[in-house]
Amino acid sequence: MELNARIPAGPIDEKWDRARFDMKLVNPANKRKYHVIVVGSGLAGASAAASLSELGYNVTCFCYQDSPRRAHSIAAQGGINAAKNYHNDGDSVSRLFYDTVKGGDFRAREANVYRLAQNSLSIIDQAVAQGVPFAREYSGLLDNRSFGGAQVSRTFYARGQTGQQLLLGAYQALEKEVAKGGVTMIPRTDMLELIVVGGKARGVVVRDQLTGEVRSHLGDAVILATGGYGNVFYLSTNAKGCNTTAIWRAYRKGAAFGNPCFTQIHPTCIPVSGEYQSKLTLMSESLRNDGRVWVPKRQGDRRPPGEIPDAERDYFLERMYPSFGNLSPRDIASRAAKRVCDEGRGVGESGLGVYLDFRDAIHRLGAPKIRERYGNLFEMYERITAEDPYQVPMRIFPAVHYTMGGLWVDYHLMSTVPGLFVAGEANFSDHGANRLGASALMQGLSDGYFILPNTISHYLASTKLDAVAVDQADVKQAEADALGRVSRLLQIDGKRTVASFHRELGRIMWERCGMARTAAGLQEALREIPALREEFWQNVRVTGGNDTLNQTLEHGLRVADFLELGELMCRDALHREESCGGHFREEYQTEEGEALRDDDNFAYVAAWEFTGEGRAPALHKEPLEFEHVQLAQRSYK
Amino acid sequence: MNLTLQVWRQPSAAAPGKFVEYAAAGISPDMSFLEMLDVVNEGLIAKGETPISFDHDCREGICGSCGMMINGVAHGPERGTATCQLHMRSFKDGDVVWIEPWRARAFPVVKDLCVNRGALDRIIGAGGFISAYTGGAPDGNAIPVPKPSVDAAMDAAACIGCGACVAACPNGSASLFTAAKVAHLGLLPQGQPERFRRVLTMVAQMDAEHFGHCTLYGECQEACPKEISIDTISRMNRDYLRATLTVRPEGDLAATG
Repeated sequence: MELNARIPAGPIDEKWDRARFDMKLVNPANKRKYHVIVVGSGLAGASAAASLSELGYNVTCFCYQDSPRRAHSIAAQGGINAAKNYHNDGDSVSRLFYDTVKGGDFRAREANVYRLAQNSLSIIDQAVAQGVPFAREYSGLLDNRSFGGAQVSRTFYARGQTGQQLLLGAYQALEKEVAKGGVTMIPRTDMLELIVVGGKARGVVVRDQLTGEVRSHLGDAVILATGGYGNVFYLSTNAKGCNTTAIWRAYRKGAAFGNPCFTQIHPTCIPVSGEYQSKLTLMSESLRNDGRVWVPKRQGDRRPPGEIPDAERDYFLERMYPSFGNLSPRDIASRAAKRVCDEGRGVGESGLGVYLDFRDAIHRLGAPKIRERYGNLFEMYERITAEDPYQVPMRIFPAVHYTMGGLWVDYHLMSTVPGLFVAGEANFSDHGANRLGASALMQGLSDGYFILPNTISHYLASTKLDAVAVDQADVKQAEADALGRVSRLLQIDGKRTVASFHRELGRIMWERCGMARTAAGLQEALREIPALREEFWQNVRVTGGNDTLNQTLEHGLRVADFLELGELMCRDALHREESCGGHFREEYQTEEGEALRDDDNFAYVAAWEFTGEGRAPALHKEPLEFEHVQLAQRSYK
Repeated sequence: MNLTLQVWRQPSAAAPGKFVEYAAAGISPDMSFLEMLDVVNEGLIAKGETPISFDHDCREGICGSCGMMINGVAHGPERGTATCQLHMRSFKDGDVVWIEPWRARAFPVVKDLCVNRGALDRIIGAGGFISAYTGGAPDGNAIPVPKPSVDAAMDAAACIGCGACVAACPNGSASLFTAAKVAHLGLLPQGQPERFRRVLTMVAQMDAEHFGHCTLYGECQEACPKEISIDTISRMNRDYLRATLTVRPEGDLAATG
């Protein structure tokens, strides 16, 4: 397997312009001869599907929910970054590029990140043109707020529902194209296999959730925009249905998986309240603009927070990182919260929590202003915990939130399987080892609106695509493989529920491959996970059949893939003998407990290749050159 | 606490449905309503019975997937709360809880508590968008938007497309859903070029989907988990009236905005 990132030559700020000029185009009259398949309808998928259809391509788009508007992008709260410098505080494309590379702890590809920063400007323009109701100042011009890892105010937002509004903009564009006939939208459908013919991605095998029918859809190119795999931890901020199946099945068909162990833990989520807990709810990073994070100075101080005077409070982020304080990046803030809880100073019944306190902000700005900025977030918190953040500080704890890892892609967003493109959180690119807040929305839309329309056209115009028939051997085999997995799951009839296996996998992953990893722990996981997987295939109980809606079967298929992915993540974490971003190995830390990178030996993308069932995957390395951002110890002090 | 559930079970769209009683035992008040159903379902699977199917995804009140009539009220007893955000502390030990899918001609039942809400997507496809093709947009600050306009637009844009408004309405009308989108886009300068054509096409689609008509009961805004106001319906009606008086077929020289 060869990793060719196809980065264009030339100065970094000209690479994307050059690439677009050098790319081949498809004649407008010829576009309607091509058919592109898009799996996933979130920001990346909907924007790609709508844009490609607008250009004249035929598009079929799939999603697992009952409507494309339900994709989990809808839940993103805080905002979207762009280097507009509307606030005159020193922002620029270069600065956004720099902040993102540094924020990613120097494990992202510079050229991709620079392009992302360039595209950020167009994304805001496109969203405004679609009617996204970004917050405005009294002048009528766009408002901004600050986000973690940046000392400029560059985040555009729509209350605490920015993801919702951006997704609705893309969704509305998608429905416009559906009504025109350019996009065929097929909801309530899961992709189960990638179809590869003649070494190229030529379609997908899908399962209709309502009828159980497993069938192929063929095309000229396939785009996977299926989101992140955080649900391998069972508890995460992801929606319940979010899964790794589409990219995992593609991995098994030859798409290299990049940096699977780079998972992000978000510092501010509502703590777990019981065994039955089904997911973790995010409290947007934007809250840290005005909230102050603290725990009692004294171990075992169980007084109500209102009774603890300031002198006895440890505002630990302000103490440890004076320059960035409460707006330190997520990996830094999460580890700091874990540290103080490990020291026995955590709050809440379980001792796994820290305070996010708005007392000072309410005093300074007044409750109405705070309500205007965060209204819906405060309500969301109160509904879940029955505590009022206007009166008592919020209790928060880190939780799995985002996956920087994903399928490896080159500068064209194409994987190692020709014709298979990967966009949004599903790919590995741009965020390195840690994603900054407000940049996921930016990346999904950059990929879908502004990159894929160019690179897909280039692929189609420069590739000989033979006709593929539904009854060809490769296609039939893929269908049989998918149906075989379904049948196998249904006939086991064991004693243990799918959810029970999922919870146990999640526990193993959180303890062994979570915030702090050790060689011993990871090796233990590499014994525990295969054992759990084997028990799954002997003892799982999936009731019902394959001829009607069967949510247990859907869940079982997803967990089966998580049980394989988890092992790859631990293997990746074990091999990367350094700490960087969200990947923290206790053996590799500075004296102050910060991540200690090993740039001499690990400044590369780990791209794993599937070599067959039951065999260890092969590691390929894409070396990373940092020509524009000087490698340095990442400090936010 | 222990509760008794009366749950609508319907094996498929064509098959008849009925209420079935289940015991929900040992429920913690901190559980969400859907977590309670998860626990009940785990028990059913262990006994070899078919678990209750229900739509859900984000579990944080923003995707609009979940939706059930709980004791006859869309999304249950709490104001501004979607089913997934409802917590069991809103119930008491010994309560009987009746759980049904959305009831509306335009939302055929798929299985148990799941319904088909494709009609809402088709209303959006009929005009709930601004035809801004990708690329070529002016600078975001080129068109100032008055703060009161964008705040009102955001209030309307907060609709999650769950269909509670339809389920709560005695007429099964989708007016609040349609009006919310008409208001969101109609309040913004970007939405002006298509404002009046939009309301005509969206209302036409709404009617074609066999939703009922609005007679201003106001049940919809009480049920809406995002507390969208029926003022949006008044606005839609005004825009609709104006549109019928002023919108001309394309190509007519006397056409106005």
